[in-house]
Formats: sequence, structure tokens, C-alpha cells
Amino acid sequence: MQRRHFLGVSLAITLAGMTNTALAQSEIKIGEINSYSLLPAFTEPYRKGWQLAVEEINASGGINGKKLVVVSKDDGGKPADAQTAANELVSSENVAMLAGTFLSNIGLAVSDFANQKKIFFLAAEPLTDAITWAKGNRYTFRLRPSNYMQAAMLAEAAAKLPAKRWATIAPNYEYGQSAVAVFKKLMSEKRPDIQWVDEQWPPFGKIDAGPVVQALAQANPEAILNVTFGADLVKFVREGNTRGLFKDRTVVSFLTGEPEYLDPLKEETPEGWIVTGYPWYSIKTPEHDAFLKAYQAKYNDYPRLGSIVGYQTIKSAAAILAKANSTDPEKLIAATEGLSVASPFGEITFRKIDHQSTLGAFVGKTALKDGKGVMVDAVYKKGSDYLPSDAEVEKLRPKD
Amino acid sequence: MAFYIVQFLTGLASAASLFLVASGLSIIFGVTRIVNFAHGAFYMLGAYVAFTLTDRFSGALGFWGGIVVAALIIAAVGVLVEMALLRRIYHSPELFQLLATFGLTLMVEDLVVLIWGPSELLGRRAPGFKGAVDFFGQNIPSYDLFLIALGPIVLGILWLLFQRTRWGVLVRAATQDRDMVAALGVNQKWLFTSVFAVGVFLAALGGALQIPRDAVHHAMDLRIIVDVFVVVVIGGLGSIIGAFVAAVLVSELNAFGILIFPKISIILVFLVMAAVLIVRPWGLFGKQEGPARRTPGLTVNPWRTLTSGERLAATAALIIAAALPLFSGNYALTIGSEIAIFVIFAASLHFLMAVGGLASFGHAAYFGLGAYGVAFLAKMAGLPMIVSLLLGPLLGCLGAAVFGFFAVQLSGVYFAMLTLAFAQIVWSIAFQWVTVTGGDNGILGVWPEKWAASPSHFYWLSLGIAALMVVGLRIVVFSPFGFALRATRDSPLRSEAIGIDGKRIQWTAFVIAGTVAGVAGALFAYLKGSVFPDSLGISLSVDALVMVLLGGVETISGAVVGAIVYKALNIWLVSQTDLSKLVLGAFIVLIVVAFPKGIVGMLETIRNRRRSASAKSALLASPIETAE
Repeated sequence: MQRRHFLGVSLAITLAGMTNTALAQSEIKIGEINSYSLLPAFTEPYRKGWQLAVEEINASGGINGKKLVVVSKDDGGKPADAQTAANELVSSENVAMLAGTFLSNIGLAVSDFANQKKIFFLAAEPLTDAITWAKGNRYTFRLRPSNYMQAAMLAEAAAKLPAKRWATIAPNYEYGQSAVAVFKKLMSEKRPDIQWVDEQWPPFGKIDAGPVVQALAQANPEAILNVTFGADLVKFVREGNTRGLFKDRTVVSFLTGEPEYLDPLKEETPEGWIVTGYPWYSIKTPEHDAFLKAYQAKYNDYPRLGSIVGYQTIKSAAAILAKANSTDPEKLIAATEGLSVASPFGEITFRKIDHQSTLGAFVGKTALKDGKGVMVDAVYKKGSDYLPSDAEVEKLRPKD
Repeated sequence: MAFYIVQFLTGLASAASLFLVASGLSIIFGVTRIVNFAHGAFYMLGAYVAFTLTDRFSGALGFWGGIVVAALIIAAVGVLVEMALLRRIYHSPELFQLLATFGLTLMVEDLVVLIWGPSELLGRRAPGFKGAVDFFGQNIPSYDLFLIALGPIVLGILWLLFQRTRWGVLVRAATQDRDMVAALGVNQKWLFTSVFAVGVFLAALGGALQIPRDAVHHAMDLRIIVDVFVVVVIGGLGSIIGAFVAAVLVSELNAFGILIFPKISIILVFLVMAAVLIVRPWGLFGKQEGPARRTPGLTVNPWRTLTSGERLAATAALIIAAALPLFSGNYALTIGSEIAIFVIFAASLHFLMAVGGLASFGHAAYFGLGAYGVAFLAKMAGLPMIVSLLLGPLLGCLGAAVFGFFAVQLSGVYFAMLTLAFAQIVWSIAFQWVTVTGGDNGILGVWPEKWAASPSHFYWLSLGIAALMVVGLRIVVFSPFGFALRATRDSPLRSEAIGIDGKRIQWTAFVIAGTVAGVAGALFAYLKGSVFPDSLGISLSVDALVMVLLGGVETISGAVVGAIVYKALNIWLVSQTDLSKLVLGAFIVLIVVAFPKGIVGMLETIRNRRRSASAKSALLASPIETAE
């Protein structure tokens, strides 16, 4: 009975393969992977974003006349499962390229897979610096501003604060660790007078907020760097509000201005935090207006940052495929290096030197308006202004 | 000084939340012996329903009423689950109920997202407990004070319930010896249902009371379930006071631990549990369980080796499997390799559970150690693939030898939880020791060499090793060592009386199982080309348990079928539907109801029944083939 199952699976795959070949001439497939079941708060808007992009691309004639099809898979938040999905997309769906992923370790797993199997991979969301630097490879590109870039944007604002005593709180995994490390390094360069008085490392998703907040308060910092997000952030903010942790202290916080993380805070939103994020309500550029209008018309909902990431991932992928006019990975790489594409945040470029896009982020302050959290005084920071010099990047990235 | 007092009180508030949920789990386990994996799901449902109710009805009455009503609603759901599902499987092999509750948990995780949406929800603050109280310049949230008071109150109510009511006397009696209670004419059905209802009520109340300080979201269940189990075990199974003391101990150690080691939270509860279990094998307040009263041989069909016909069939199946590369694509072959690897992994746990009678909740530790062993050898020492494959599993063997030595001193759920603690300790080392293991970003680039790189070659390699391992384990089952191990499982006293050194036999079995799991992990590293701490994690250990239970724990090789069915279905569902957890959970629940002995276990029962019906006299005439 066990073998019958094998046969069934393989038969189904063969059949699916046969029906696909007939269509293959007239369409181009992109394989997309993300943590849909583990992180729906981020990935649902993300999915809506890329679906909108696919619709727009096909409405305007597809890619050089071919229809764009995105085959999407869930990785369940596990690197090993992401590789299974990547394998299916490449081996049995014959996709031209891989795209997507959210968590850093999954992004790295798929990137390593792409390198091994010589497949083009456009990482959408993973923030780790390793994906373009320490563990970068020629097949992998990344869209979102990296940990380093966001830290640099925040450090620029934070260095202007008078605060000298700083404490940090971050989830205890690679993302939190490297965010804190980069921020500390950049801050100490700008402000040698700063003291780091405490650090807290609650496990990701399992913060015991009361003791953590109390411990931070006891260190009596003048400013706090926060890297927690999602449910941890909600607990941290609630407990901090009740215990008066944020009173007369400046907080600098990664990602908190993104609607995904800011909106759940509702009336508990702390005011005056310096954050990176996406104030969709106050961006007044023609590119963003067009995106916002199309998104709201299609979904009757406002976009989150995930929507932008999903939308821009597929828009970039389409531009790459159109320019390469081929699905050969080498030609895709050649087409992507130095390619400039339009985005809702303005034009972005995929750098040749480290395959990082120059998509930026908004830096602003949190505020409370009508019982909801918003970002005010938001300024768009271009990604290209917050990357280290080429000489440094070359030292960080292994040669291909 | 004021700070330390406030930190202590904060710890007490955390302890109170933990205690509410843990007490429910402890009661349920004590009486019904169900390892209720769904306890976290009930906790989460309590929070979600309370969120909806308190959002809908304003005012203090709306809030407090909403909390209580939510807990009552979920308790009613619990009663339904108990009557419709669990009642059918009380007589299944030990731990089989874990499978049912695991299926439920999967379903609930998808259902809450479908009903309440993907975003985190912010519950109302409790009326009258919104602010903080000033204590010598330190702030204590008044809601924390409320929780600190609530913990002992609930403890007191439960104590009165257990000491002063007839129901409580029955529950305590059943916790001590449920067979005797049944023999005395107590209606077990209703006792179990009511106990389950009370337990679920406490879990849901615990969840509902979190909404003023937490975010309500779809991963709340996993966040709490393991910690709660740990608290129950530290306290001693079935002991309410134990659960309370353990909750306070764990919470206070965490509250003060983070002042010195801010990264301690990730592993603290497991360190405490390992320490407590090594010193006190039945937890702080637990008592040694009486020896099992079941007569060996009655529940289990005597095991026999395969007949020559069955041997032919198995060989034929293997040949057909080996022919897969002739007619299928690379993707199917990679899946085939993955399934073969999980057959090895499941078979190794099955050996420990079915033959050794030792259910490990942390078997992934040895799988992961094997994988890391390969990664170290291949990436750091640069050894060739064959050598890495041969030596990598030794790390699993070594881990099993060290941890197994301590673990086999215990039995039953205490054994299971100690293995879980060890697995979590290994996991946290892999997770934290970034310079060596790469932390959660793992070790990349562990790809097979050219000769094994093509999917068909790797498939043959995995299939071949899987066949070797399964056959090897079967040979061990029918070796003198295997008989000694089964004797120890069935009756520790009698086997000791005939001179079998039970602990040493069990330790050896643990090392064998760990090594075989290490082999699976080693192959897995090459299949995926990378190693992550995930491969040491709880969810992989649970997957292995599910495979074994699905196949049937009272069989010799049921895990093979369990692994194939579960893994293939899982991969297929994840690829085909966004609601894979809902469908998979429902499937598991159905299997549990349809095959209460596991798939292979049920098939064997049916076959035996048919055989005995058709040839009753033949059965009497033929000797039972327990030995060959």
C-alpha cells in the first residue's frame, strides 16, 4: 500500500506535467514561496500585492506577449519545507525563476538551493545582511532594504538625540541579534559617548513582558532600541505603557511604522517613537497614488507594507524577464544587474555589486490619531544612501 | 530593594497565568491519562471568544461576563470533543489520544485565522484594572495584582473541590488507580467527561484572562502548550499544588534570570525540568505510579517474523519502489528520498516506543545531531561524503548515549518529558552558538558529491539505507536482545527476576534508536543541502510521534506505513491547499476514529479476526510463532 502511494503521486505529477507543456509556449511561470500559514498577518496583504501586479502585467500584454503565471507555495515557516517547495516549482512546474520568502533562514535556504541548482532567485522580504553579503551568491537578488540599511536609517535619526544611556530589546534570533549589532556599531561610530546599559533578549513569540519591561526600567536608560514586532511588540507596548517605561524616554524601533505591526496597537500606540515603516495615508507621489488607487479598487482595503513588497517583487520579476527576453538564468542575472525599475516608492535599481535593490523605507514618528496609530513626519529614505561603500561591500561579499 | 520586590510580584503574575492553564492540564492527565496536546488550542479559543464577547458587550459586566462566558462556551466545546472523539479511543494504545488532540490543534490553528482573520487582535483592558500602582517609585500594573490574587484563589477552590466533594474524592481516586475506581462501580464515562470539562474551562479561562495584557493571535497555542506541560511535569503529574509551585518556580527563575543572563528565557524551563527530573524522577510533588496492571500478551498480538509469502511481498514492494526513477520526474524522486529518510526516522522512534515501551518526545535531537554531525564533518573538516555519512550519525549516537543514560532512569511521561528537555537543550545550543552552528541561519552548502547528486541516485541511496535500517531493526527485535527488551517493557519486575538488567537493556535500545535517527538526519542534511536548528525542534519530534502512532504502536514495522502516509500527505496538502493544517488535522482525526489502533495495527487486527474466524481449529493446532 505504501508503494501505491508513490505511484499515485508520481502519476499525478506526470499527468500535470503533460497538460502543462501545451500551455508552456504561451506563458512564463514564476515560482513564489512564502510563509502563508505561519505569518498570515504579513503574507495575506503580500499575496494581494503580487496578485495585483500579475493582473496589471497581463492586462498590459504580459511579458513580451507571453502570459505571466505565478505558482505560489507555502513553506510553513520551515527552511526544509521551503526547499521541498522550491524543488517542486523548479522540477515539476518548470518555473523561470524563484521569488518570495519572508524569514531570513528560509531566504538563505532557498538562496543556497538556487545557487546549487543554478536557478534565479529574487528574495522579497528576508532582511538578513548575509543573503547579499556574507552568504551572497550570483543567483540571488534581494528587494527589501536590509537590516543594515534600516539600522543605518534609524541610527542617523538616533544619533541626533541627546540620549547617552541606551538599552536594547530584541527577539532572540538572528534578525534581532544582527539588528542590534549593526545599530550599536553605527551608533558608536557616530557617538562615541554613548553607553549601552542593558540588553534584553526575549525568545521570539514568547516574551514574558512584565519582567522584561521592569528590568529595562531598572537600568534607567535615556533611550531604548526596540526590535520586537508582531505579538511580542503588542505585549511589550502594553506592559511598557502600564508600567510607565516609555515616559520621558525616546524609543527607536525597527519596522514598527509598518501597518502590519502598528495597526494592532490601536489606542495603545505609544507616541513619538522613531520608526521605519510605511505611512500609506500620507505618501503623495503619482507612482504611489496609482498603486494605492488600484489596490483599493481591487480589494476595498488599504495596503500594508507586505502589499508593496509583493507587488514590487512581481513587478521587478516581470521587468527582469522582459529585459532578458529569455528564461536562461545567466541571461536573467545579466539583465538584473544594474536594472532600474519603477516602484510605488519611485525608481529602484538592482545593484551589480551585491545584488541588493535600492528600495528604501520611510522613517518617521509614531502618533495617535482617532484611537489609531499613525506615522507622522515621515520621510522617504532612499536605499542607495544607506549602504556601505563599494570597497567595504566587496570585502563583505565572497567572490562568485 | 523595591525593584526586587516588584520583579518578584511580576513573576508571581506570570506564574498565575501559567498555573491556570497548567492546573487544567494536570487534572485531565491525572484522571484520563490523556496527553492533551489540544490544551493550548482551548487556551487560544478562550482568548478569541473572550475577545469577541468583550468587544461586543461594553461595561464592566460585559468584560467580566464575557471572560466567564467565553470559558464556559469553550468548556462546552471540550465536552463535545470528549464525547464525540476521545471516548472512542480510551482503550487504544497509550499515547494514541495524543494523535487525536494533535489533529484538533492543527484544525484550530487554521480555523481561528479563517474566523478572526490573520492580524493580531488587541483586547480590551480590564475595567477597574487599567493602571498601575506606585510602589516606592516602581509601577505594578493593578491587573497583575488581580492575577496574583486569582492564582491562590483558584488553587483554593480546586483544593476544596477535590477535598470536600464526592466528585473530588472520585477524581483523586481515579488519579491514583482508575481501574480500581471502575471496579467499584463508578461511572467512568461521566467522570472523565466532567474532568475534561473542568480542565478545558481552566485553560479557556487562562486564555481569556490574557486579553488585557496580550495580543490575541493564531500562534498563542504553541507559545504556551510546551511550557504548560513542563510546569505540570515539574510539579508532578496530577498534583495541583505541584503545578502551582512549579509555575511560581519557573516564573520567578525567569524574572530574575533575565537580569543576569538576558538570553536565558529561551531554555530556562527545560533546564529546570531536566534538573528536577534527574533529582526527583516524579516531579516535585508527584508520587511513583503503581506498576501497570495490564497482563502482557493480552493487548498485544504475539509478534512473529514475516512468513515467506510476506517476505516476498515486501521484497516486491521494495523492487517496485526502486523502479520509481524509471517512470517519474525529479520532483517525485526528491519527495521519495525525503519519505525514505522519514521512514528511517520514524522506524527508529518506533523501535524505542513499540519494542522498548519508551515514548520519546525529543527524538528529533538525535536526528538533528546526525545532521549537524554531517555538516561539521563535510563543511569544517572537508571530509568526503561517504565518510561524513558514516561518521555523522555518531554524533547522534553520542548524544543518545549521554542523554539516554539519564532518561532511562525514568519511565512513562516523565521519561518522555526528560527526553523533550534534552532535545530542547540541544536545540538551544544549536540556536545560540552562532559562531559554530550559524544559529538559526544554519549551515549552508552541505550538498552531496557528484555520484549521489542526481535525484535518482540519491533516491536509491536513501531507499537502500532505509531498507537496511528497517530490516536491521527487525532483526534486532527478534534477537535475544530484542526479547530481553520486550520483557523489560512488559514486566520490569519479572524480567528483573530472571536476571535481565532492564536499565542497561533500555539504555542500549535508546542508543540504537538515537543512532538510527542520526542516520536519517545525516541523509536529510545532504538531501536539503543545509542544516537548521529546526531539525532538532519540537515540531519534528511531534511529527515522528504522529507517524509512529498513525502506523500503529503495537506493530513491528507500522511506522514505515505511518511515515509514508503522513509525509506524503503533508507534502501534497501543503503544495495543494492553503488550508493544509485544517485538512491534515481533519484527516488525522478521521484516522483516529476509523483506525483506533493505527493503520497497520487495525489491518493486522482485521486479518487476525478473519483468520481466526475461518480457521479456528487451525489456530489451536498451529503453535504461536513468537520465535523462529
